[in-house]
Amino acid sequence: MKIKETIFDPLFKNNPIALQILGICSALAVTTKVETSLVMSVAVIAVTGFSNFFVSIIRNHIPSSIRIIVQMIVIASLVILTDQILKAYLYEVSKGLSVYISLIITNCIVMGRTEGFAMKNGPFISFLDGIGNGLGYSIVLIFVGVFRELFGSGSILGFKILPLVADGGWYQPNGMALLSPSAFFLIGFFIWGLRTWKKDQVEER
Amino acid sequence: MQKDSTAKTILVAFLLCMVCSVLVSTAAVKLKSRQIENKKLDIKKNLLMATKLIDSTATKEVINETFKNVETKIVDLETGEFVTDVDVETFDAVKASKDPKRNVIIPSDKDLGKIKKRSKLEKVYFIKDGSQIAQIVLPVNGKGLWSTLYGFLALAPDTKTILGLGFYQHGETAGLGGEVDNPKWKAQWGGKVAFDNDWNPVVKVVKGSVIPSSTNAQHQVDGLSGATITSNGVTGLVNYWLGGHGFGPFLSKLRERGGN
Repeated sequence: MKIKETIFDPLFKNNPIALQILGICSALAVTTKVETSLVMSVAVIAVTGFSNFFVSIIRNHIPSSIRIIVQMIVIASLVILTDQILKAYLYEVSKGLSVYISLIITNCIVMGRTEGFAMKNGPFISFLDGIGNGLGYSIVLIFVGVFRELFGSGSILGFKILPLVADGGWYQPNGMALLSPSAFFLIGFFIWGLRTWKKDQVEER
Repeated sequence: MQKDSTAKTILVAFLLCMVCSVLVSTAAVKLKSRQIENKKLDIKKNLLMATKLIDSTATKEVINETFKNVETKIVDLETGEFVTDVDVETFDAVKASKDPKRNVIIPSDKDLGKIKKRSKLEKVYFIKDGSQIAQIVLPVNGKGLWSTLYGFLALAPDTKTILGLGFYQHGETAGLGGEVDNPKWKAQWGGKVAFDNDWNPVVKVVKGSVIPSSTNAQHQVDGLSGATITSNGVTGLVNYWLGGHGFGPFLSKLRERGGN
């Protein structure tokens, strides 16, 4: 297992959202703005990276009968820690993300990686695998966030790109871009684009 | 010891829980004071933003400095009189509204804000300009589509001219109901007249835009497009808190006393 592949494969070749269709729920909820998408991405990268790392360290001591619960406890503790830190240092952003930070616990990607990778590999490579998968998740999140904020609010990261009718400009914002279903379409387009580029990802009929 | 033996399983589970709980509780305790400070500052900021004394870019220092001009008092909503035997610093009306000893069930025909119960006592804030009262700020809350909106309504000393409205906590859809935070929309509230000639609250967030030539235009604010229920919720909560079951008695006492 090479370091480079571990980090970069999950970006496009084996993307957790686009290929494995994991972690969709939060991708719908937090992507109305690029800023929340970015913070969510950083939080998920940190949680996948460190939960993989810690699970891998104790992997030889985890009894197989309670291994899922053990992974859950590690993940949950890390998520609570992340949530507390955000509330203390980035209050405005954590207000915007509301419950979704705590819902990282239920993000299938995190547990998928601890169970599927960290239980069988060493701490360092597991940490990198977690970071890589977090990045793969982030790419989709930011892609969706950019389009939803641009078409829904006419701005990116709060900077006006398309002047809104309400502010005396010409752009009538698309209200649907702000609702969760629009993220489904955008993720669909992302998968379509990715599979046109990498034909081996297309499922056999 | 065997990896899958019962003893080892229990030992691993126990140790892991210990380590994790120590970690989580340490973080929670260490960061708590910071988090509470953030929350308090955010409420102060939104209160002052409703009064237009500061804008959203204000720093912590500016907020705390401006807040020195604010006098906080506690009011018994039923009588409209000030209450002096409750500590202003520690009193929390949101908490009190959940305590059966300190709350009042709102009769459903009066419950425009759909909040079911409210605290008997509420905080009010006076913005002072020297010794004169420049603004009266009332805490308001009510249901929108998904969540309860918590905010502040600033009134002029005549108690009927609205100076500003803003929410510091809500969970409405970003971009639709969440547009209650839009500065352009909030700016419309300034100068609106909250009451009719008989002192009944008649504020309305209309569907679509306000027709300027309409006789009721002075009581009306544009609706939030795509967010009818949030708009109606705002109408309801403002009218509830200004009405007879809300701050109505307090405001009429204030008028009798001539605003001082």
